[in-house]
Amino acid sequence: MATTTEATAMKPGVLSLTDRLLPVATVLAFVLALWYGGAVGLNRAGAIERILPNSHPNGDWTTADLITTTLNMERPVLPAPHQVAADLYSSLVDWPLDSPRNLLYHAAVTAQSTLVGFVLGTLLGIALAAAIVHSRTLDRALLPWIVASQTVPVLAIAPIVLVILGSLGFSGVAPKATIAMYLCFFPVTVAMVQGLRAPQRIETELMHTYAASRLQAFWLLRMPSALPYLFPSLRVAIAAGVVGAMVAELPTGAQAGLGAKLLTGSYYGNTVGIWSALVMSALLGLGLTMAVAGIERLVLRQRRVG
Amino acid sequence: MSPAGSFALPRRVLGWWVLSVLLAAALGWVVPAAGTVDSASPLHLIALLVVAVVAVVNVRQVAALDGHPLLGTLAAALFGVWIVYFWQVGVTLFDVPRVLLPSPAWIAQMMVDRWDTLAGDFVQTVLKAVLVGWALGSGLGFAVGVAIDRAPFLQRGLLPIASLTSTVPLVAVAPIMVMWFGFEWPSKAAVVVLMTFFPMLVATLAGLQAAGKLERELMHSYAASYTRTLIDLRLPMAMPFLFSALKVNATLALIGAIVAEFFGSPTVGLGFRISTEAARMNMGLVWGAIVVAAVTGSVAYALLVQLERRVAFWHPSIRAQ
Repeated sequence: MATTTEATAMKPGVLSLTDRLLPVATVLAFVLALWYGGAVGLNRAGAIERILPNSHPNGDWTTADLITTTLNMERPVLPAPHQVAADLYSSLVDWPLDSPRNLLYHAAVTAQSTLVGFVLGTLLGIALAAAIVHSRTLDRALLPWIVASQTVPVLAIAPIVLVILGSLGFSGVAPKATIAMYLCFFPVTVAMVQGLRAPQRIETELMHTYAASRLQAFWLLRMPSALPYLFPSLRVAIAAGVVGAMVAELPTGAQAGLGAKLLTGSYYGNTVGIWSALVMSALLGLGLTMAVAGIERLVLRQRRVG
Repeated sequence: MSPAGSFALPRRVLGWWVLSVLLAAALGWVVPAAGTVDSASPLHLIALLVVAVVAVVNVRQVAALDGHPLLGTLAAALFGVWIVYFWQVGVTLFDVPRVLLPSPAWIAQMMVDRWDTLAGDFVQTVLKAVLVGWALGSGLGFAVGVAIDRAPFLQRGLLPIASLTSTVPLVAVAPIMVMWFGFEWPSKAAVVVLMTFFPMLVATLAGLQAAGKLERELMHSYAASYTRTLIDLRLPMAMPFLFSALKVNATLALIGAIVAEFFGSPTVGLGFRISTEAARMNMGLVWGAIVVAAVTGSVAYALLVQLERRVAFWHPSIRAQ
């Protein structure tokens, strides 16, 4: 049900002012106000202790001084939104695209391993689902394990995958993409098994009367009717893939990628940097999901017209 | 003869089963102890192949059977046992380095030897961070969902944002939480709260809309107050939604707590164990910690399913099973 609400939220044309835009804007404005309030509250102690004594040696600072100080600290407990926005903007504009100080560069590194893993995981998931619907043995023996694996924190295997692939001599994109791949693969498989079984009996019997081969029935009947199941699982998969790629960047001592950026930020206590990396990873997750949703609309619309 | 009550396994299947177990035991008997072989002898390989063929035939036979609801589980269980068996024998025969893939026996051995370590990790990660975070996050999501039930404006504003958070890698807030709440478990619980809050909020809002027009009008004709309708009609109807969110959140909470420990933790916890022992190439203990996490996830899910059956036994979705 989460995915259906999400789908309606992303549909264009329903962004009527009173219906959606105004409430969302109100909530966002409230969050922003809360953020500023939190920044003042959380940074207050640090400001009074470390910064105000230097700028106002006689201690004659006013509340206005305090507020402006808390909102513009170099190492705040909670950076103010405008600081994060400025840091994000400067990282995008002031540095070339291939510089490690540009967050877009890190986002691209993470996106690359996410996308490679996503494509491989989707193909693997579809292939496995096709095998499962055609083999009773796999259906009975393997599918329960795949379904059960949804209740297990499979992301915890990431360090093992990194060690194994590392000692086999793989480095760079491959280990990260592998982790993104296996996170993408589970939801796709489960949804595709459902989708490939979606055709009604009457439809499969029609294919049978046409003397359609299994392969023809698969491409002409099962695959098209599985698409509405496939795409919601792809949206889940790509979001999981981003998390997988970011986590994969943690223990490798990777220099690039949003996960590595978060980790270095937390080593050096660079709070503003962490927050802008956080915002960037949120944007990356949103962007990739929206790209998948866009492809979904394109494919399903074509199908309706054709 | 068979555990399946009145249903008896066909003789042929049973025969293959006995054959496969005997062959597997024989192969297990002649496989040299770990670390004593440089490479598997051709004879071993042939024996392995024979057992594999017999095992595949047997799993196929069991999977083809019909007539008892437990047969599906039996096929899956049989498949799982064979996987573990071939993992064990294969790792020993081909002398796979422990760093790459430790044998199941070695993992079990490590889990027994270091059970106090793993028990400490379990308490730290599951009983503290996950349980507290999961309960707080789900509870808050539910409370906010009920609180804004009468404010459609807020619902329309919050729902799109809450739905979109499922596409955002929320676990990335872990370094910030570690900075705010320190290395101990509260920072992990905070990550878990954030990760579990939104799914529960979305589920609560959807669940409260689940009661049909007919039932609502009936309550209206009883002159039932808003609170009465909420307690007697709408919350019970929302139960399946709430439970599916609780189940999703159980997995999310485990992931959140474990991954948050990758960003910094005291020297205890499942995520800490996994990341540090992996760095020290002590893969037996890493796998042990993963087994603990996996079993925890499955048990939590099973418990929630049971609880749902108890609480929402009257709901059509439960009675249909």
